[in-house]
Amino acid sequence: MDLKEIIKPENLVYKRTECLTDKTLSYCPGCGHGTVHRLVMETVDELGIQSDVIGVASVGCSVLAYDFMDIDMTQSPHGRATAVATGIKRCWPDKFVFTYQGDGDLAAIGTGETIHACNRGENITIIFINNGIYGMTGGQMAPTTLLGMKSSTTPYGREVELMGNPIKITELVAQLAGTYFVSRQSVHTPGNVRKAKKAIKTAFENQKLKKGLSLVEIVSNCNSGWKMTPVESNKWMEENMFPFYPLGDIKVEGQLVQK
Amino acid sequence: MAKLKGAVVVDVERCKGCELCIVTCPQKVLANKAAKVNSKGYHYVYMENPDDCTGCTNCAVVCPDGVLTVYRIKI
Amino acid sequence: MGELKLMKGNEAIAEAAIRAGADAYFGYPITPQSEVMEYLAAQQPHKRTGMVLLQAESEIAAINMVYGAASTGKKTMTSSSSPGISLKMEGISYLAGAELPALIVNVVRGGPGLGTIQPSQSDYFQATKGGGHGDYRLLVLAPASVQEMSDFVKLGFELAFKYRNPVMILSDGIIGQMMEKVELFDPIPRKTEINEPWALTGKSSDRKKRVVTSLDLDPYGNEKHNHELQRKYKEMEENEVRFEEIDCSDAEYLMVAYGSSARICQKAIKLARLKGIKVGLLRPITLFPFPTKQLYSYTNRIKGILSVELNTGQMIEDIRLAVNGKLPVEHFGRCGGVVHSPEEVLAAFEKIIMK
Repeated sequence: MDLKEIIKPENLVYKRTECLTDKTLSYCPGCGHGTVHRLVMETVDELGIQSDVIGVASVGCSVLAYDFMDIDMTQSPHGRATAVATGIKRCWPDKFVFTYQGDGDLAAIGTGETIHACNRGENITIIFINNGIYGMTGGQMAPTTLLGMKSSTTPYGREVELMGNPIKITELVAQLAGTYFVSRQSVHTPGNVRKAKKAIKTAFENQKLKKGLSLVEIVSNCNSGWKMTPVESNKWMEENMFPFYPLGDIKVEGQLVQK
Repeated sequence: MAKLKGAVVVDVERCKGCELCIVTCPQKVLANKAAKVNSKGYHYVYMENPDDCTGCTNCAVVCPDGVLTVYRIKI
Repeated sequence: MGELKLMKGNEAIAEAAIRAGADAYFGYPITPQSEVMEYLAAQQPHKRTGMVLLQAESEIAAINMVYGAASTGKKTMTSSSSPGISLKMEGISYLAGAELPALIVNVVRGGPGLGTIQPSQSDYFQATKGGGHGDYRLLVLAPASVQEMSDFVKLGFELAFKYRNPVMILSDGIIGQMMEKVELFDPIPRKTEINEPWALTGKSSDRKKRVVTSLDLDPYGNEKHNHELQRKYKEMEENEVRFEEIDCSDAEYLMVAYGSSARICQKAIKLARLKGIKVGLLRPITLFPFPTKQLYSYTNRIKGILSVELNTGQMIEDIRLAVNGKLPVEHFGRCGGVVHSPEEVLAAFEKIIMK
């Protein structure tokens, strides 16, 4: 059968959401950031909230997120995205406000802002990308870098005696009274992408309930920082990241999920 | 039983040749080993075995760069 | 005549914020400015005008909440004292870089470091020369009375929106803590519509998306942005210089002092006049833009200037730049939280300037 007979508007089953701009993403080939950007914008598209959403980009690889998302956005100082989002949401309680932060931004320099925004129960959504490394500055150790994992500042692997432990900030904020929905997902397989999309959608829809903060962590790859091919990095992520950062919902409707 | 036929359209200039779609495709439809590169020098993906595509969209779902558009018909 | 009240400077700031139609205040307690948030909390501004009041977890979080709220076109402010303002400086640099209007109050105490909780003017450099990273300026207002603490909140918001630039009220522990009569201005209703063409209100289908950022990775783009900022600062220098002159018309000498130190000098020049010394007081009200031209105009008619500051000599540099070597300019001031008396100032004036 000729492909031309299939490629017709009436047969379209998947295309890039128009809530993304035409700009080519600045991320490395195979980086999960692009997929998560798309899921967030698909969510905005499907919920029909483009005119009511305000995003907060942070500092790190995703600093230019505002170039790729076709929505009103601001760009926060390093680590302060949840404080910036708090300022916006308090002034616009009926807008959908979200932050898009990496692990360095959210779990190292911004730990205080993260914990207090979660604890206050700000009615915002946090999209948290955890790839266990500082991508933009050249692959240095992150708060989430696994023990034994190599980075440019742990060239012989992270040792607990020298560099301390990796932090599971998502489990930590799930303990706080102000969080309503906390989930950890990934975007490396079609099935995982669909689950992540569902979690992100829930996290946005929750803002209408005004019952607290929703956080979705995406455990993602950093093939450049990890010095692997994209396909290898996803395999490494499954074998090494997921045992320490297990996927699934951690808190739903304000209740911790019993495992 | 109705058979599904699919087609994938590649935005060649956006493709970074990461190959995530290639390993994801259950029908082994996609490849990027041809000598051709886009203007950035990436080996972009193409349908090597177009007859096997079922239009399942898995390739487009995992594509970080939103490169792929998928069409499907029942025959 | 507006409503008269006896108030603390810090309380006047807070009351003026509500009356100026502020949309949000984000703060963190620190002596000697804690009354600002305490007064606001007691007033329940969410009930009076719908104004948001939030005690943040740190000064850093507070200034970033200001950044977020300001990016939506709302009238937003924070207040703190010296060590807290240092913490806010990163956020203030971002506000300036992203061209956001906001009001920041510094009720200065002695430094450096944790210093002391007593009044000081040692944050002059920080306030007027930028303070955070990058080539930027704040428009700086220096109140010398509780009345001006109130008035400058209203003026500060007007200037912040006029220039899309953060405005700082540089007060100190004396003006913040002292009680005076204040005539409160009539309340201005909060804005009901956001018409600023840059404000984040949600991308409706009839317009392009808006981005509030201080980042431009293209160096030529960033250079252009810097030049645009400088053009704005020039415009402030042309239009917004404010100062007060007391007994200057026949003066043979000048004291230059701002804020609480100007109040002390007001008494000092009176004491001088009793002794037959013709000295006037020039009080800069805006510290940036600085009354450079006005000071220069004195170069042919007076014999010398004493800069009187509650620090070891900061504003004196701007005075010296203004007179460009044509007059002797000397400094006197107590520091570290010690406040000079009018008699001390006069004695110093006679010793240093009239020698």
